[in-house]
Amino acid sequence: MKPSPFTYHRPHSADEAVELLRAYGDSAKVLAGGQSLVPLMSMRLAAPEHLVDINRVEALQSVEVGEDEVRVGAAVRHSRLERDEEVYGAVPLLRQGLVNVAHPAIRNRGTTVGSLVHADPAAEMAAVLLLLDGVVELRSATDSREVAAADFFLGPMQSATGPGELAVAARFGRPPPGSGSAFVELSRRQGDYAMCGVGALVTTGQESEITSAKVALVGVGDGPALVDVTSAAAGPGGAFREPQLAELLASQIAPESDIHASAEYRRHLALVLTRRALGQAHERAAA
Amino acid sequence: MNTGSTNTEQTVAVSVTVNGTPYVVDVPPRRLLSDALRHDLGLTGTHVGCEHGVCGACTVLVDGAPIRSCLVFAVSLDGTQITTVEGCCADDGEMGPVQQAFQDCHALQCGFCTPGFITLITGYLEDNPAPTPAEASEAIAGNLCRCTGYQNIVAAVQRAAELRRPVVEERASRSPGEDR
Amino acid sequence: MSTRLFGQRVPRSEDPRLVTGNGRYLDDLGHDALAAAFVRSPHAHARIGDVDVSDAVDVEGLVAVYTYEDLVSDQAEHGSRMAEALPLLIPHPTLTHGRTPYPLANGEVNHVGEAVVMVVAVDRYVAEDAAGRIHVDFEPLPAVVGIERARDGGRLVHEDVPGNVAAVMVQQTGDADAAVDAAPHSLELELEIERSASMPMEGKGVLARWDADDQSLLVHTSTQTSTSVRQAVAAKLALPVDRVEVVTPDVGGGFGVKIMHPWPEEVLVPWAARRLGRAVKWTEDRREHFVSSAHERGQLHRVRVGYDDEGRLLGLSVRFWHDHGAYIPYGLIVPIITSTQLLGPYKPGVYRVEFTSLYTNTVIVTPYRGAGRPQGCFVMERVMDAIAAERGIDRTVVRERNFIRPEEMPYDHHLVFQDGRALRYDSGDFPASLEKLRKLVGWDDFAAFREQARAEGRLVGIGLACYVEGTGVGPYEGGHVRVESDGTVVVSTGLTSQGQGHQTMLAQIVADELGVPFDRVRVTTGDTRRFKYAVGTFASRTAVMSGSAVAMTARRVREKAMRIAADALEASPEDLEIVDGQVRVKGTSPSGANVSIDLGTVAVLSNPLRYAFDDAARRATQFASPADPARAPISPGDAPGLEGTEYYSPTQSTFANGMHAVVVETDPDTCEIKILRYCVVHDCGTIVNPMILEGQIHGGVAQGVGGALYERMEYADDGQLLNASFMDFLMPYSTEVPTVEIDHLETPSPLNPLGVKGAGEAGVIPGSAAIASAIEDAEGFPIRRMPISPSELFHLRQEHQS
Repeated sequence: MKPSPFTYHRPHSADEAVELLRAYGDSAKVLAGGQSLVPLMSMRLAAPEHLVDINRVEALQSVEVGEDEVRVGAAVRHSRLERDEEVYGAVPLLRQGLVNVAHPAIRNRGTTVGSLVHADPAAEMAAVLLLLDGVVELRSATDSREVAAADFFLGPMQSATGPGELAVAARFGRPPPGSGSAFVELSRRQGDYAMCGVGALVTTGQESEITSAKVALVGVGDGPALVDVTSAAAGPGGAFREPQLAELLASQIAPESDIHASAEYRRHLALVLTRRALGQAHERAAA
Repeated sequence: MNTGSTNTEQTVAVSVTVNGTPYVVDVPPRRLLSDALRHDLGLTGTHVGCEHGVCGACTVLVDGAPIRSCLVFAVSLDGTQITTVEGCCADDGEMGPVQQAFQDCHALQCGFCTPGFITLITGYLEDNPAPTPAEASEAIAGNLCRCTGYQNIVAAVQRAAELRRPVVEERASRSPGEDR
Repeated sequence: MSTRLFGQRVPRSEDPRLVTGNGRYLDDLGHDALAAAFVRSPHAHARIGDVDVSDAVDVEGLVAVYTYEDLVSDQAEHGSRMAEALPLLIPHPTLTHGRTPYPLANGEVNHVGEAVVMVVAVDRYVAEDAAGRIHVDFEPLPAVVGIERARDGGRLVHEDVPGNVAAVMVQQTGDADAAVDAAPHSLELELEIERSASMPMEGKGVLARWDADDQSLLVHTSTQTSTSVRQAVAAKLALPVDRVEVVTPDVGGGFGVKIMHPWPEEVLVPWAARRLGRAVKWTEDRREHFVSSAHERGQLHRVRVGYDDEGRLLGLSVRFWHDHGAYIPYGLIVPIITSTQLLGPYKPGVYRVEFTSLYTNTVIVTPYRGAGRPQGCFVMERVMDAIAAERGIDRTVVRERNFIRPEEMPYDHHLVFQDGRALRYDSGDFPASLEKLRKLVGWDDFAAFREQARAEGRLVGIGLACYVEGTGVGPYEGGHVRVESDGTVVVSTGLTSQGQGHQTMLAQIVADELGVPFDRVRVTTGDTRRFKYAVGTFASRTAVMSGSAVAMTARRVREKAMRIAADALEASPEDLEIVDGQVRVKGTSPSGANVSIDLGTVAVLSNPLRYAFDDAARRATQFASPADPARAPISPGDAPGLEGTEYYSPTQSTFANGMHAVVVETDPDTCEIKILRYCVVHDCGTIVNPMILEGQIHGGVAQGVGGALYERMEYADDGQLLNASFMDFLMPYSTEVPTVEIDHLETPSPLNPLGVKGAGEAGVIPGSAAIASAIEDAEGFPIRRMPISPSELFHLRQEHQS
């Protein structure tokens, strides 16, 4: 289990990085945290000829908490984002999702943007990006563009990041006042990819009535599934009407059976965990 | 079939400080940090249990934070400070507090996973000097041990916290900059 | 003064080295060695066509590529046995169709991962580069996967093995089926356990150095038996045995998989080292370990049981099918153990067991900690629970009624155990153990807890399981003890260590027997340069076998020390004692002149010398003191040196026992299964070091929990292993393993000088049985198959709701 040879590049600016990506095209891969890429390389399931290591690009290291959103640079590690109190104050869902990502030693190296680009169907942060109306900023040597979360995840291990493009940052929208969020998941062992994970964002109005309720699910389809469940809210108590909830979910998720869980069980979990996540989120919204 | 050629793969010079000692080592870019430590620097205390980042036996501290050395290329860590299990000893070369706690609590059997736990716990206690048993269990939950059932490792985390307290207090009582 | 160390929680002498990164595991050795890698079969069953290495030869740093053809020509040219199949290690009369693999596949592969081509290069990176460029033409054949498919015999693993059957074995004490038929009540159950694996944190590994000047081979291997690897390597390479030495370095866990030998790599690496005249090393990586080491546990059982109104067994008839994988080099040990140890602490009435051992196109099966006992225990304990449920009797009461009573010991089942010797329990007090367990877990208070939990909307259950474990299997182990002239005591035994604390445990025994301080004793295990005759570390046998052997040896050395010291002190040996390494006249103070002599000096005096090579030696030279001219310096029958070698060889195994109780909570919504409490009562005779013993239990329980709730080998129908990584083969982390509560009972074994019984495997044995019992209790429907996942529990609930 040793990687194939490659040529190593260490750009010091995003310009330099995208220039390298342009020059080497499909034969190059971006190395950020490497927590997904390196094992694939060690198993020789990936064998890029060129690695562009963006860890030394200063401009990609920043976390900016703005009035409307939190912007996370491509080289920012999960653990830094997780521990940032200002970020937590602005968007609690980021920490709520991040603590479910693998184990601390992985979060100390892995990057949040890298995880989004990797597009694992069970990746928590993809759900978080969707729930927060996030955007991924992509740059190539010739162009810059922004892709909304809804358009970013194309399938298992497939994101909208094209050849020669570098995801330079992700932006997560700050939820409106009166919002509460939660992330719950169930995995076989703690820290494993979830059999099903659910992020929830509930916003309440002045009478603490639910004005908006959304969930994003992972592990139950080809990619994260965003479901607006506002219509299932049952009034000021915060409860959701279960049949409606089940119906809303049913059309949006397409779980498959694998060695860890059957499709039917995953579908069952999706409803149970959605209920739990909404409950927690609503409680926090009301608090 | 025999051949006699030698390997001429391109190498990169990497500067790292390991356990306080600066090294410059020429390695191919694909050399995993775990292999560089073990085979290029001869620091075989860092063990390799899975090479896909799940078991944690290869855990080392990079700039104080525990990471999996099998999931990073050595070349990527140019300029960093690395601590391995060999660097978790006391100043006099005797067992450090976490190491001593492992013996006290019988927190190891075959010892293969132990270096990864010792570095992990060393890093963890810096941020969390007095964990509860539940927190201790949570803290070690990313590392696999096939021998001990973890119970004694959890006890060792607590014992280590106890053993290092005087050391930490002494460190804190010194005026800032004194040990620079 | 010295307190007795036997029975004390002595901290391990292994630890300071291991915790500071100074352990020496296989891959820590031989930095100058060439590295080996293998091209392994991607198919479960295929014929091998052309092997094309032309792409690989350009790889810089490649040193050699070997295929089966090279083994054939080596055998022809050098008279080696490399082209022959590897040995069938444990033959048995019923093993009529034993097949073993070749070191490199000969024309056909029978499981994914079987080695086809060996590559040697300057390092492992380059070796993998070259291996990746070797093209093997495979002609895939239909794969046989799973017990059902193997059993129906429609497809064959080996063309010349009809029905895929390697062996059918029957043992019986009478007409069990007639007894079942005649019984007032009877039940039939089908019970299944799936495959898991030892999965030590360190994989296998071999380093071989050929010394051309000395024409000798030095092999380091991560094994559980260095002496037998030595014999096997010498035989395969056609080398005189005395030109081969095998050393076991620190071993990062074994749990059974490393008792299997010689692995293909264990003969290929030494062979390549000799051919190349260079050190060669192979360090197994995790992916290789999954597909080319060994698995265990996969068995399907069909049980018929007859019993009376009180739930007492009258007849027990068991048939089971054992999936042993593509080859059967380790013989029938696992199913034989299941078939005998299934009986646990119970009297079965009339018993019959029949098993069929089946080939499949999967990785081979060899013993994994517990070795067939977890399956047997699962079967018997499910039967006990089923009888209790059917009769409406408390589960502990049914067990109690079927126990062998202490006054019935020794108890002979009139069956043949795995060592070919009697299945005769030497001692044990099962009712006392059960009583301790009931107290420890609070069995009688559980109903109240259940009610309270139910009121909170929670589902909880309690379960238990009992087992008996034959440990300390023969034929023998030996010990060598020598007192050096500086008073250091060096001890060696031939079997190996994989983390059980043997150095500490054996040093405790020797220090006590010789009367020396613990830190003066140095123990070496598994080094054929030090000790040539041994069997290996398996079957929870070290404390019993090597413990007894070193105790006997130390006693012999002590006698000799007394004799020599008596001469020097002009006293009678009976008046002497050894305290703190000083031989002295009983009752005198050690500081008194001419009343004591230290053991180092005794060692010096034991070896009459001509040359004073150091100060100590001076005292033993010919003019140092007046000698009796009538006496030879070494008396007939005596030998120089204060040392000895003794062997312990018992007539049968010694039988330990234990009982586990588990409290689980199952989530009514998510079907998660959480262990709230895990209680163990354990009886392994006298205890050498309770700290080490408890560690063994903790670790065993963790593997039991893994086997019950998380771990299984998932094969697709085409023979691909779907979860060959730690991502998907779910060994528990600390968050998945409960805290273990332990109580001990010490019923000494009458069979050995220490009264000890083995303890290494015990913790794992009743895991699946006890956890299944608890889940069944929580859910109210039977659990017949383990492991169980939340997803499977979900489907079981659905089945039982409808």
